[in-house]
Amino acid sequence: MSMDKEAIQKLGRLSRIALGDQQAEQIADELSNILRWIAQLKEVDVEGVAPMTSVLEAHAHPRADIVNDGYAPKRVLANAPQEIRGYYIVPKVIEQDTT
Amino acid sequence: MKTFSLANARDLLVNKEISALELIEATLERCSRFAHLNALITPTPEQALAAAKVSDARRAKGKAGLMEGLPIAIKDMFCTEGIRTTAGSKMLENFVPTYESTVTTKLKIAGSISVGKANQDEFAMGSANNTSYYGNCINPWTSSTRSEAQLVPGGSSGGSAVAVAAGMALGATGTDTGGSIRQPASFCGITGLKPTYGRCSRWGIIAFASSLDQAGPMTQDVCSAALMLQAMAGYDAKDSTSIDIDVPNYAAALNQSFKGLRIGIAEQYQPNTLPDDIRALHQQGQDWLKAAGAEIVPISMPYTDYALPTYYIVGLAECSSNLSRYDGVRYGYRTPDASSLDDMYMRTRAEGFGSEVRRRVLLGTYVLSAGYYDAYYLRAQKVRTLIAQDFHHAFRKCDLILTSTTPSAAFAHGEKMDDPISMYLNDVFTVPASLSGLPAISIPAGLSADHLPLGLQLIGKPFDEATVLRGGKVLEDAAKFTYLSENDHE
Amino acid sequence: MSKITDIDLGGWEMVIGLEVHAQVSSASKLFSGASAAFGGKPNNHVSIVDAAMPGMLPILNEAALRCAVQTGLALKAKINTYSVFARKNYFYADLPQGYQISQYEFPIVGEGTIEITLDDGSTRTIGIERLHLEQDAGKSMHDQHPQYSFIDLNRSGVPLMEIVSKPDVRSAFEATAYVRKLANILDYIGACDVNMSQGSLRTDINLSLRRPGAEFGTRTETKNLNSLKAIRQAIEVEAWRQKVVLESGGTIDQETRLFDPVKFETRSLRSKEDAHDYRYFPDPDLLPVVISEDWIAKIQSSLPELPDQKIARFQQEFGLSAYDADVLVADQAAANFFEVVCASTTPKIAANWVIVELFGRLNKTDLSISDSPVSAQGLAELLALLEKDTISGRTAKDVLDTMFSTGKSATEIVKKQGLEQVSDTSAIGAIIDEVIASNPGQVQQFRDGNERLLGWFVGQVMRQSGGKANPSIVNQLLKQNL
Ligand SMILES: [Mg+2]
Ligand SMILES: [Zn+2]
Repeated sequence: MSMDKEAIQKLGRLSRIALGDQQAEQIADELSNILRWIAQLKEVDVEGVAPMTSVLEAHAHPRADIVNDGYAPKRVLANAPQEIRGYYIVPKVIEQDTT
Repeated sequence: MKTFSLANARDLLVNKEISALELIEATLERCSRFAHLNALITPTPEQALAAAKVSDARRAKGKAGLMEGLPIAIKDMFCTEGIRTTAGSKMLENFVPTYESTVTTKLKIAGSISVGKANQDEFAMGSANNTSYYGNCINPWTSSTRSEAQLVPGGSSGGSAVAVAAGMALGATGTDTGGSIRQPASFCGITGLKPTYGRCSRWGIIAFASSLDQAGPMTQDVCSAALMLQAMAGYDAKDSTSIDIDVPNYAAALNQSFKGLRIGIAEQYQPNTLPDDIRALHQQGQDWLKAAGAEIVPISMPYTDYALPTYYIVGLAECSSNLSRYDGVRYGYRTPDASSLDDMYMRTRAEGFGSEVRRRVLLGTYVLSAGYYDAYYLRAQKVRTLIAQDFHHAFRKCDLILTSTTPSAAFAHGEKMDDPISMYLNDVFTVPASLSGLPAISIPAGLSADHLPLGLQLIGKPFDEATVLRGGKVLEDAAKFTYLSENDHE
Repeated sequence: MSKITDIDLGGWEMVIGLEVHAQVSSASKLFSGASAAFGGKPNNHVSIVDAAMPGMLPILNEAALRCAVQTGLALKAKINTYSVFARKNYFYADLPQGYQISQYEFPIVGEGTIEITLDDGSTRTIGIERLHLEQDAGKSMHDQHPQYSFIDLNRSGVPLMEIVSKPDVRSAFEATAYVRKLANILDYIGACDVNMSQGSLRTDINLSLRRPGAEFGTRTETKNLNSLKAIRQAIEVEAWRQKVVLESGGTIDQETRLFDPVKFETRSLRSKEDAHDYRYFPDPDLLPVVISEDWIAKIQSSLPELPDQKIARFQQEFGLSAYDADVLVADQAAANFFEVVCASTTPKIAANWVIVELFGRLNKTDLSISDSPVSAQGLAELLALLEKDTISGRTAKDVLDTMFSTGKSATEIVKKQGLEQVSDTSAIGAIIDEVIASNPGQVQQFRDGNERLLGWFVGQVMRQSGGKANPSIVNQLLKQNL
């Protein structure tokens, strides 16, 4: 499996990391190497093997529905690069998209 | 340069032979003397001195904690309230948490005193402490054949290992994702323990790979590791993956008999490529354990070879997602003059992350992306099951598994830089236990051909740190590891 | 199945699947202890977990899990004893983690059904595909400043249930009936406070057109509609847009769209170049959720009476028509109100007065039943006066008006205004004698066979009595005396 510059740029878009052309080319080579190395996993017969999502043979212990946090906007905003009237501030967003 | 260990110092404090203030002053003096090793990103001497006075007062009132007055260093992955926490990254250069991680809270409550935040690879991604935005950390050891070369301390917990090795702290917290405690411990000639996944809370520790990360102690000897783990371990309701299971008395466990314990040896951990000195030390380790009454049993770990690529896929996938929160919106670095939200994201993350982090995030994004998930991530999760099963089967036959910690001794800064894979191979012996969530310790057990520390690793059953420590003590007692003399550094 | 209320698509059939995001009625957030309440000062209902500070970890809220199971049971759905939270990765300014914790491969609830009532009174079953739990995002405000967007994370991490229907819906009418019924069920079990204007119920519409019987066409997803009106309009507008595109030989792009109620159009939200690749994977910070059959059974047995069960009971127990039962049950508060009134009144009279008289007055004043100035006991008291013949039906309506505007009780109003009906035959007889005496012409006409004049006589007597005479006694005595 080898990767080209375009594929790297697409990954850069997905992961929101700006990449110069030259940089993308270099990373393409590095990642191609790593992918070739990783490809040895294809040798392993995983037929019928369950994927491991956690090493712990445990399950969730939900917490009680109690309000015991929040009400400390200063604590939350303490490290904000930009803040106005208690809001985080970002460059204006034109498109809208919530999920 | 073994000064005295954490456990020794505790006895001195308990017997009032020294005060916490004296101990901290002496330790801070060493911190300045070895500042050139760049073990600390953010030293906190004033806070340490103030805490020492409080500590002495507390002891005078008879309220001394388990680690009262003992100087430690904190890896910069642990969020510390009011103290800058960087994860070794430019991204968090000015980040001052408003909260304290559970593990460091417990250490504080136990009375320990932090001398500062230890250097590390950026977001714990590295095996040489050479990806830190705050500069390389230097191993206090030098090679007998190339004395001019500055050696790596290993990573990612390089600063923690160096701080302990150079006596700038008597203990240090590390985090271990694929070997980040054990490998630098081995390179710097100290003891490093990665507890069972779920033994120590991850709350407040900056995440690299959530299913693998685990905090642990790094100390000069096993007694000290037992003491420090005692303070760090325990269930935390704020971490879903922390397990509510009793924490035994580790110090007491060290004195239990070793007779009849079964030590598993797997041929898969001794590839042909292994250097003679490392191979010989591994044999020596078996002999020491046998001499202490243990039984050596052969075991087979057929999936060992696949652990490293599996680890990279799983770890990278998780880190690509874990690091998405560093977007310049709520904290951390933000690129100046962004023209749009998207431009802000793209440049903030390009400028705030170093090259290794960018590489891993990109690759992690790739293995999770549409069309590749099954071939990479899902397959790796399945192989991970097989690797864990290897251990599961092995532990029916044995109580501990003995391996070398690393395939080489410390190397020089600047080496293994061209090829990421050769750097990744450092973790070949440590990664399988990480993937399986098992406790493992590295004990300084001998010297390489060019007179550098080499570690032996013992891997134990889930939540059986007690036996791991006990085995570690046997190796330590037998090895009588030769620490550097203090003069070697001046 | 087409409805006269729906637009005519010239032979195209709509295929609609609905995704409803319902806010769980919990006190705290899905994974943190911050308040999930609506509103608040900016970033006040936010914990360091919700702000995705480094090293923060999620802990699942038990109430959210319980609500999801309750809802699943109310939808007659399969409850999965094993479910997994997964991360949905994408970047947005109000998504602090850079991923939304949701459920993907293993949702908490599987397939179920909802019965909807069509406007001819018949019912139709709409399939439920799944229900899963997920976090809400924060809020971006774009109108505060020329250069900046403002981010408030108060909603970040609020627990949502996403309820996904099968593509079984065929019209805007059915879509709104489905959402109304779902809201009704959620309200009954208390899993969601169903306040659409505060965004506690938001609907995404997946819509495509096809010729009846043909394969499904390419669908679009119109997101985030928060009223029944918006749902209906968005469906009609988007269906019409697709019809025009298809009939002019074009093709529909699978894309996300936004409904603009001002311009009355749907717009594409993002370009294809930026198509999302969410890179779902199991969240390693959260362990699998395992629930026991026992716990499920316990929740099942504590479920309240559900709307469909109540409709059936109202018909059986009270002899109500399907229509009346449906109208009353559609609003839990109304159904409860009715049952109180009904306890001391003939059920059909109670139903009639609640549906016609009370609802009519509430509608006129734009009040909901829970804000009604007349309580159920108050209405029951009024109807008791009516049934005892203390007041006439006509008077009762006037009294209800007064109760509405003054909040006074029926007994008090009747007493104060002297509205008691006169049933005393001698008093009424005296009035009748007088009316007969002073209208000999009309009496003659009546006696000659013009029986329609009886009504005129009743009117005269009622007027003379100031409206207080009991009409049935007036009728009876008039017939005797004429
Ligand atoms: Mg949706
Ligand atoms: Zn959703």
